[in-house]
Amino acid sequence: MLGKLTFDALPFYSWVAMGGAAITVLAVVLAILAVTWLGKWRYLWSEWFTSLDHKRIGVMYIILALIMLVRGFIDAIMMRAQQAIALNEGGYLPPEHFEQIFTSHGTIMIFFMAMPFLTGLINVIVPQQLGTRDVAFPFMNSASLWLTAAGAGLVGISLVLGRFSTAGWTGYPPYSGIDYSPGVGVDYWIWALLVSGVGSTLTGINFITTILRCRAPGMELMKMPLFVWTAFCTSILMAFAFPALTVAAGLLGLDRTLGMHFFTNDLGGNMMNFANLLWIWGHPEVYILILPAFGIYSEVTATFSKKRLFGYRSLVYATAAIALLSFTVWLHHFFTMGSSPNINAVFGVATMIIAVPTGVKIFDWLFTMIRGRIVFHPSMLFTIGFIVTFVIGGITGVLLAIPPVDYLVHNTTFLVAHFHNMLIPGALFGYFAGVQYWFPKAFGFKLNQFWGKMVFCFWIVGFYLAFMPLYALGLLGMPRRLEQYTEPDWQPFLIVAAIGASFVLVGIFSVFMQFYISIRERNLNRDLTGDPWDGRTLEWATSSPPAPYNFAVIPEVNDIDAFWAMKQKGKAFLCHQHYDPIIMPKNTSAGVLVGLFGFLLGFACVWHIWWLALAGVFGLVVVITVRSSQEHSDKVITAQEIRETEQKRQAVLLSADKTVNNGSLV
Amino acid sequence: MKSAGVICLSKWLINILTIALLTSCSMQSSPILFPKGPVTETERELLFLAVLIMLSVLVPVYLLTFWACWRYRASKNNCYRPQWHKDWRVELFIWAGPVIIIGIIGYLVVVYTYRLDPYRSLDNRANIFRVQVVAQNWKWLFIYPDQGVSVVNELAFPSHRPLSLEITSDTVLTSFMIPALGGQIYAMAGMKTRLNLESYKPGHFIGRNTQFSGRGFPKMAFDVYAMSPADFSQWLEKVKGAKKVLDVQQYQQLISSEKGHPVEYFSAVEPELFNRIIAKYTGKGRPLPLLKPDNLE
Repeated sequence: MLGKLTFDALPFYSWVAMGGAAITVLAVVLAILAVTWLGKWRYLWSEWFTSLDHKRIGVMYIILALIMLVRGFIDAIMMRAQQAIALNEGGYLPPEHFEQIFTSHGTIMIFFMAMPFLTGLINVIVPQQLGTRDVAFPFMNSASLWLTAAGAGLVGISLVLGRFSTAGWTGYPPYSGIDYSPGVGVDYWIWALLVSGVGSTLTGINFITTILRCRAPGMELMKMPLFVWTAFCTSILMAFAFPALTVAAGLLGLDRTLGMHFFTNDLGGNMMNFANLLWIWGHPEVYILILPAFGIYSEVTATFSKKRLFGYRSLVYATAAIALLSFTVWLHHFFTMGSSPNINAVFGVATMIIAVPTGVKIFDWLFTMIRGRIVFHPSMLFTIGFIVTFVIGGITGVLLAIPPVDYLVHNTTFLVAHFHNMLIPGALFGYFAGVQYWFPKAFGFKLNQFWGKMVFCFWIVGFYLAFMPLYALGLLGMPRRLEQYTEPDWQPFLIVAAIGASFVLVGIFSVFMQFYISIRERNLNRDLTGDPWDGRTLEWATSSPPAPYNFAVIPEVNDIDAFWAMKQKGKAFLCHQHYDPIIMPKNTSAGVLVGLFGFLLGFACVWHIWWLALAGVFGLVVVITVRSSQEHSDKVITAQEIRETEQKRQAVLLSADKTVNNGSLV
Repeated sequence: MKSAGVICLSKWLINILTIALLTSCSMQSSPILFPKGPVTETERELLFLAVLIMLSVLVPVYLLTFWACWRYRASKNNCYRPQWHKDWRVELFIWAGPVIIIGIIGYLVVVYTYRLDPYRSLDNRANIFRVQVVAQNWKWLFIYPDQGVSVVNELAFPSHRPLSLEITSDTVLTSFMIPALGGQIYAMAGMKTRLNLESYKPGHFIGRNTQFSGRGFPKMAFDVYAMSPADFSQWLEKVKGAKKVLDVQQYQQLISSEKGHPVEYFSAVEPELFNRIIAKYTGKGRPLPLLKPDNLE
């Protein structure tokens, strides 16, 4: 009846496992109790969970990302603590925990922290920057969110029932095959990826369509804000790269569940094919994570230098070039597999070519700052911190792209340091900058800047302390994923890295402290105009938070930096006499149900509960069919309602006296 | 109160500085920065060269960043040009600069990738010293086909001859590396990869698996001894005097999982053992019987 699921799946095998399970269960129970006590279930359900509003979906993505950031960071600091004391069989973590922890850290940070974070930011901002009211497929958007949440749920429940994979976030076979990993861990990993991967693919398709089809009149491709361009390239990468991951994970699942031999040692299996498929997704994935951050840095630099973006065309072409080239370099992740020098040289050179457009971008941001008026808002601090730190990562990236150098430092902590050097300043700092920058747009009040600066300071100091020693350790020959070691020379570096991790801990604390303080002081920091930073792009033309329809009247775009141009011409904040009714999608519970059935399907396949798997598939088919054939999935917002909303906004604008400098009110 | 905080902070700083000093001293033991053979030395030369070339980007970017932040800070109001957004000279510079640097390093990549191809033999066939390597859970088996002996977790070879390794795995994908002598290469079941290394002079090094392969991974390291000819013959005599012989039966016993396996000598080896291990997974030739691993989790 319950397949492989028995009482043995409960985490009574060790204190660490029980602790993890207890904290997970406790957190869920507390959250449920808190919502119940506050009586907010109906509100959450009708205003958030079932909402098809792209802004709310975006916010939910970001909340998921922040929760998973904490979860992934707990893994990280546990590993740092272990390695700091693990000389000569010291340490507090047995290998079976350490292995699960490094696997879940990587899986969570990539799939359930970074992916939802960037998807959330794109969701909140891109439609507004395009001057449109919604994404192309609002229901699909909600389904993507809940599928991602379902994947995160599978990783979460693996703490309580069964164990997680020990094969690392890349899950290389044959180790991840059924012969060497007979438990359910790898299956959890596979199904978390498959379920959330479908969500990511759909998000990609959704935003390609939105950006190509839903732009405001006059917004040519070469007038789109840089963040839209990077979101566009990222969406293309999502739609084209994720299928490779789905195939790789799917075939591995067939090997494990149905006894096939795609990647096994024997009977014609070939583990090298998995490495190829995984990295055909995996390398574009790096740019999926980084490109949106590049877009945010572009917006932030222009706004806080009070200056038009330097070399807009260069930046667009560089972005597109990076997206294209990202599909041509996957082999550099396994130069050491024994390919001929012809192949290694070609992929080495191809990899370096990516450094050219990336370098161009760095200089474009610098030249945007030059001759500007730089304001050191926290988001700008993140941008500057990114530039100086990312350059180091770029250099070590070029080093790793030289095959003979890669032979020396591949699989060592040098590699670990390199990709954290790309993804923390390159992606995460960008997302943080985005939060600092766009928070008032989403919630109507500004974030506390002091705590924003604290977030920056602790993260950047923590980053250097945590990862520079890992570069050195790589040169000392320390492999990654080591649960214990016997070289006393390594320990001082690992202690410094652990200190760095504790700085990052304070950084994460500051993130939440900033939210807490800002919410408490929200009445002091209201953003009445919708344009708190004297912004340049269309998202600042809406109120903060925007009305459900974003724009009562769709704006006409004539320039790059459309909103800036409107302010210059005195056409921003215009009051319109006539409003047309607006059709928006109704809320629907179908998205939540898609996620729920996706979760059940994944969970059932992990534990071989086949009736439940069938029920999951059946549920998915029914929900999607019913929702797709609904005739009345839209609601109409009447002209009268719009007029009332807009008149309120005009009153607020008048009180904020926005007429003087930047626009005229009629 | 405040001064207490400052004292606390300065204590922390001193601690961090002390650790930094200690760490920089321990870089002396880096097998990559202080190579013991020509392969690592050339690879290191390439590493340094590439870093030097790229410093020509790093330094200007740093200077430009801090200069721009200082000079164009809002409170200063220096030379504000809000519409300055393109300049073909700047664009030329920011595209051409990276192109030139990547061009130079790209050239180095091509040249050195061929020169440092791990499959390339370092000497003529007569002079190279052959060893066959088998990765197991969680130990390394070294077969000396020309000497007819075999050793677990210890690799000895005469330092005046280049080492030519043939590598396979009788378990999951692993990666063989002796950082002081050269880079790494994957060991994969049913396949044979090669690595050519050389030591300048007699010495003791550490080799290990760098690819996570399960519970015993942290201990999957071995001692490497480059020996003078006399020392090597002595060592060979010692191995040849061992009681155990690595026949098929003994081999099947050896591969059952074990963590931290001690060094073990076998005075004789089943002929063609290396190829028969590969054949287990390809099914070609005369395969050894295939044993599925015991439950590893």
